[in-house]
Amino acid sequence: MAFTEQERAGLAERAARIIARYPRPRSALLPLLHLVQAAEGYVSADGIAFCAEQLGLSEADVTAVMTYYSMYKRHPVGEYHIGVCTNTLCAVLGGDAIYASLREHLGTAGDEPTPDGKVSMERIECNAACDYAPVVLVNWEFFDNMTPQSARELADRLRAGAEVAPTRGAPRLVTWKEAAMILAGFPDDQAAGGDTAGGPTLAGLRIARQNGWAPDEGAGR
Amino acid sequence: MTAALTPRLTAHWDEPDSFTLAGYRRAGGYRALPAALAMHPDEVIAMVKESGLRGRGGAGFPTGVKWGFIPQGDGKPHYLVVNADESEPGTCKDIPTMLANTHAVIEGAIIAAYAIRASTAFIYVRGEVLHVVRRLHHAVAEAYRAGYLGKDILGSGFDLDIVVHAGAGAYECGEETALLDSLEGYRGQPRLKPPFPAIEGLYACPTVVNNVESIASVPYIVAGGAQAFAALGTERSKGFGIFSLSGHVTTPGQYEAPLGVTLRELLSLAGGVRAGHRLKFWTPGGSSTPIFTHEHLDVPLDFESVGGAGSMLGTRALQIFDETTCVVRATLRWMEFYRHESCGKCTPCREGTYWIVQVLDELERGRGSEDDLQKLLDMCDNILGRAFCPFGDGAVSPVMSSIRHFRDEYLEHSKHGGCPFDPALSTVFPGASR
Repeated sequence: MAFTEQERAGLAERAARIIARYPRPRSALLPLLHLVQAAEGYVSADGIAFCAEQLGLSEADVTAVMTYYSMYKRHPVGEYHIGVCTNTLCAVLGGDAIYASLREHLGTAGDEPTPDGKVSMERIECNAACDYAPVVLVNWEFFDNMTPQSARELADRLRAGAEVAPTRGAPRLVTWKEAAMILAGFPDDQAAGGDTAGGPTLAGLRIARQNGWAPDEGAGR
Repeated sequence: MTAALTPRLTAHWDEPDSFTLAGYRRAGGYRALPAALAMHPDEVIAMVKESGLRGRGGAGFPTGVKWGFIPQGDGKPHYLVVNADESEPGTCKDIPTMLANTHAVIEGAIIAAYAIRASTAFIYVRGEVLHVVRRLHHAVAEAYRAGYLGKDILGSGFDLDIVVHAGAGAYECGEETALLDSLEGYRGQPRLKPPFPAIEGLYACPTVVNNVESIASVPYIVAGGAQAFAALGTERSKGFGIFSLSGHVTTPGQYEAPLGVTLRELLSLAGGVRAGHRLKFWTPGGSSTPIFTHEHLDVPLDFESVGGAGSMLGTRALQIFDETTCVVRATLRWMEFYRHESCGKCTPCREGTYWIVQVLDELERGRGSEDDLQKLLDMCDNILGRAFCPFGDGAVSPVMSSIRHFRDEYLEHSKHGGCPFDPALSTVFPGASR
């Protein structure tokens, strides 16, 4: 789909701010791809052309970069995109069962969205939350210690438009497009919200405190 | 009993505002920065060298030495890049660090940039952790407002800008030269070394790439003194580090301890392997480090001892698997990961990971033979030491080490005509057995 003139102007204004962050313009390419993904939900031919134009690159150059990175989508995904970790540790602890159950529940193929456009899913690689395994991500926010049932319920709530909060993340779950805008370098105002650390994050600290091994406030510095 | 755990980086993570400037200051934060700025940059480098800090991203290269490689007076801009692309399977320490102790990363980056005389720093964070990206932006904005970033920091005449840069999903970008290519707006593929990044890094200028935990350790070294840091750990692996326990363990999580702690000690603190089960195999530092078994429970988890026992300390990502876990299934899944993430630049890695998956898959389905084990080892041999970057060496680690320790289990699959394990017994929730 082509951008309207107004959309294009808005994107160009943000693109200029992104490019200005870097000593050399081409460094802005990844955030620019996040930006056009924020506008359309995926990286379209128009999105590629837009990035190429901003940076004076060919569309082939931009396409070559875009296709290397798994977070850029070439077709629309759901408003809420679910990633199920099926790397070894999560898979063994239940990720494979979660993936199979959710796949059957949604009845979708690949990362195509449900007919209502609400939810899509894919396998993801290790997302650095192994102490909370099995882990599911929605729009790159953590949903920890999942089960097949809790994952199906999560998908149902997302499809129903119910409020959903990640276990460690922003209080309000943002949409796929909103998430891409944050990745482009335009954060929302939710940084201070949400838990700082879940139980496993604090496991060692709690034991250290019980044993008097933790330094006093401000000490040890 | 002496302290088995030594919370430093993790010491204040249970305070709800530990990630804010106010919370970090209350915990003693930003006391190191003025101390560092009062020193000559070379003195800061000398101090980090003296501390013995070695890179916490897996390779273990001495951080101060890396800083010292940056040529000075060369007239080129210098860059600091914080590698926050934590993606090694099993590794989960940098993400909680950035969520809970964000300003330690910022303060460490400012000190490091001052030491190497860089006026621009980047935090390259993997894109798949949205809240971390928010927290980093938030902390950088707070630091600007407090005068810790920008022009003439704390009246020192030192200028620094920090740019938060979100990646887009590519494991290979954790390799420092691939990360630099990615940061320049290209496909994240590794560069030929030399030249090393210290000479020609970002934009062909002198660049230091440091892991998040390495950088976050710097304020603690500067404020507490190199000697206090070096007093912890072992002779050649000094200081503290975060050990991440995951998998079939009673209390998974982050355990900050001196380097040289053993898995037996950590497991005893974490309540052991999950009730009713026993340890089968584990990774000392992520999937790219050869697996260990119960025989290695007392190996000191430092660079030398783990290396001497046939693996690598890596990122201290201790993934614990009990006797219900099929080692062939685990290895196959790791190989599928490497096949998926191979950047494709060099043939041994691109083709080798593909074909290893084919053979492993046949073996897991019970359609392999003993000859296939030799075939796998031959293929590993053609990747190990022959790939363009360390990815290839890492990829063959699980295959070679699992065949070494569990050869019979591979053969059992062929005799059994399939996998003899029930995956439902390995899950943390009650599963339906097949």
